[in-house]
Amino acid sequence: MVDVTPHGADLIPPAEVGEMDLYHPHSWWTKYVFSQDAKVIAIQYSGTALAIGLVALVLSWLMRLQLGFPGTFDFITPEAYYQFMTMHGMIMVIYLLTALFLGGFGNYLIPLMVGARDMVFPYVNMLSYWIYLLAVLVLVASFFAPGGPTGAGWTLYPPQAILSGTPGGTGPGIILMLVSLILFIIGFTMGGLNYVVTVLQGRTRGMTLMRLPLTVWGIFTATVMALLAFPALFVACVMMLFDRAIGSSFFMPAIVEMGEQSPHNGGSPIMFQHLFWFFGHPEVYIVALPAFGIVSDLISTHARKNIFGYRMMVWAIVGIGALSFVVWAHHMYVSGMHPYFGFFFATTTLIIAVPTAIKVYNWVLTLWRGDIHLTIPMLFALAFIVTFVNGGLTGLFLGNVVVDVPLSDTMFVVAHFHMVMGVAPIMVVFGAVYHWYPKMTGRMLNEWMGRFHFWVTFIGAYLIFFPMHYVGLVGVPRRYPELGDTAFIPPSVHTLNEFITVAALTVGFAQLVFLFNLFWSIRHGKEAGDNPWRATTLEWQTAGTPPPHGNFGKELPVVYRWAYDYSVPGAPEDFIAQNDPGPATQGGPATRGGPATQGGPATQGGPA
Amino acid sequence: MSAILIFLALVMAVAGWWLARQRLMSKPWLEAGPVNAFPATEASLLHPAKLGLGVFLAVVGALFALFISAYFMRMVYADWQAAPMPWLLWLNTGMLVLASVALQCAVVAAHKGQVDNLRLALLVGALTSVAFLGGQLLAWRDLAANGYFAADNPAVSFFYLITAMHGLHIIGGLLVLGRTNVRAWRGERPAKLTLTTELCAMYWHVLLVVWLVLFAVLAGWAADFVDICRQLLS
Ligand code: HEM
Ligand SMILES: [Cu+2]
Repeated sequence: MVDVTPHGADLIPPAEVGEMDLYHPHSWWTKYVFSQDAKVIAIQYSGTALAIGLVALVLSWLMRLQLGFPGTFDFITPEAYYQFMTMHGMIMVIYLLTALFLGGFGNYLIPLMVGARDMVFPYVNMLSYWIYLLAVLVLVASFFAPGGPTGAGWTLYPPQAILSGTPGGTGPGIILMLVSLILFIIGFTMGGLNYVVTVLQGRTRGMTLMRLPLTVWGIFTATVMALLAFPALFVACVMMLFDRAIGSSFFMPAIVEMGEQSPHNGGSPIMFQHLFWFFGHPEVYIVALPAFGIVSDLISTHARKNIFGYRMMVWAIVGIGALSFVVWAHHMYVSGMHPYFGFFFATTTLIIAVPTAIKVYNWVLTLWRGDIHLTIPMLFALAFIVTFVNGGLTGLFLGNVVVDVPLSDTMFVVAHFHMVMGVAPIMVVFGAVYHWYPKMTGRMLNEWMGRFHFWVTFIGAYLIFFPMHYVGLVGVPRRYPELGDTAFIPPSVHTLNEFITVAALTVGFAQLVFLFNLFWSIRHGKEAGDNPWRATTLEWQTAGTPPPHGNFGKELPVVYRWAYDYSVPGAPEDFIAQNDPGPATQGGPATRGGPATQGGPATQGGPA
Repeated sequence: MSAILIFLALVMAVAGWWLARQRLMSKPWLEAGPVNAFPATEASLLHPAKLGLGVFLAVVGALFALFISAYFMRMVYADWQAAPMPWLLWLNTGMLVLASVALQCAVVAAHKGQVDNLRLALLVGALTSVAFLGGQLLAWRDLAANGYFAADNPAVSFFYLITAMHGLHIIGGLLVLGRTNVRAWRGERPAKLTLTTELCAMYWHVLLVVWLVLFAVLAGWAADFVDICRQLLS
């Protein structure tokens, strides 16, 4: 940190920043590897998250192969299936989605969107990435450990997680998993402090909280939640590590295992569940809120219309964030609890549906009579809304104790959570990548590859997860590698399972097109220019594309309006950038790189 | 989970109070035009580092509140036996109080620009903290010598775990405090050290409060207190 006088108006980011105030890289290493520039860190985070996400994708293929064609693949033993399942779930939720939304998009977009030159603590920000990378490496190492990675399920419930019956339970698998999570949390906390303080203190002049784009609101609130929720996982992991490594009995009851009395005595597995879900439920929204925010901006930009009910959207984001801390026990209905508690948690769970529904209405009303451009980001945003509503409805079913008890631990639950927290956020990730890639590289992603990718992914996701609801209703349990000859399972389930597997493989391979597109377009994509979507937010008004070190050239932009001035009647263009003083304010300070409207071709409503 | 919920309620009260002053009711779509009032970001005037530390301390608070929650949850099971409290802990508590006081003096000295007092206060703060850590280690040895190991009694496991966590946080703080000491003794001007001294003091005060709460929980007073409250209520 640079030492600045701690008092008075000096803390408002000055319009001009002298050369010395900004951290400058001095060599290739500090520029591209040990970089403290949030944009580079963002790309490092995203690259790492996508790489480990690919591993999780391959694991899902292996699981699907086993479920669709049981007995065909010798190497997928039941133990291996559990390991694939655990690693798949854990990687997808934490190492891919959390890291990508907060570490990737958060790092890239927060400073640009609030009009800052960088994060407030760049050095800590860099450490955050390297610790995250270390966490990923430890996780990967567990694949090569003797006995393999843990197979305890992504929820890691004790006592089974550290017993010999579970793969990796008595080997190094579970230890590496716990250590990796602990590292992840430490690294995330470092990054999270940056995101929060940058939003609070790093905003440029004129950028009031209520002028922030919803993307920033979403990422900001999710970060605050993550900062408060991850400690619960941290505590659970540390205590489990104690139980596993030195035989204490925090979670472990007295157990006779293979005829031998274990050293544990009297511990409480339920306590772990409380701690885990105290983190686990907010985690769902930690992934969802950034997605909500990003999708709002995508819809508004590509429908050329201001977001409907901006204030309501902000309140809903904050409200969801607060409420999601008092619903955790809805994951524990089947673990047994006082009926009044069940009632309480069922009620809070259903209340959360209110702000969530408000958001959905507002998206739809934003689209209503908008000038909808079916660009690829827009397609993905629409796909998100549909999928999210779909998953949300089944969520209302599961939020009720009486419905949840029979459906718990069936494929219905798997279908539900893949819809809400698997497919829906992934749609936003794709939409966001197509939307901001031109800013990150200066070139557009290839349109036809993009459209192919979208349709296969969207339709494919439904082909995979929609039938799963039926499979679940029939009673097929989740986390079973094989169904065998179970009387209540009709043959149609087996046919469906084969169908789902084929769909999953197809969707999986379609992602290769996306990956190829990412690399191909760096060189061969269409030139994007500074503001290809003709968007209002500050990241499109930078001094160049990709934005240079320090983001905004010599002078920071001054913000004159909110982020959603699209199709304003009487304006020369169908959007007014946030740093555009507008015609009314003659004599306002001239902003460099300001009104991007001037001189741009007057492409009213043309396909952007 | 009551401890963490109470803590969260506190955090949310602060967040709500702050949000209430953020013009969340304003209608941004009507407000185009130049910024009229400075500071126009409506950001608080806190130094970012202080705000950052504040947020971090909230995370630390959540962490320990969760440990305490776990402690209370585990306590109700049949095999729970209270752990003995080495008397040394009182001395350690005194050391930590001294460290906190010393750092507060350092802040005052830094503001007044008194080089010698600043150096002395920083040094005392660091040394008493090291003494606290040493004392905690001795307390561990004490327990171990009496046959209490981390694995066999949950109350004792909690004791080792929670004191270790708290100690690790002190060690982390000592890294920064040590650096500040070096800078002070190398002759840097107090004005340049004000910020880091203030940050250290803030961190130590909070860790002191955390320790007092933990001490009360580990020694069983917190549970007694809760019991008394319950009896009064019913
Ligand atoms: C192509 C996409 C995907 C496919 C085909 C797929 C498939 C599967 C399958 C077959 C299971 C195991 C079900 C069982 O036997 O109980 C599973 C579990 C899971 N998946 Fe996915 N998945 C996909 C994407 C995702 C994504 C994007 C997420 C991110 C949230 C995710 C999160 C999870 C979780 C949390 C579990 C539970 C693991 C457990 O039971 O411990 N999946 N998935
Ligand atoms: Cu939940």
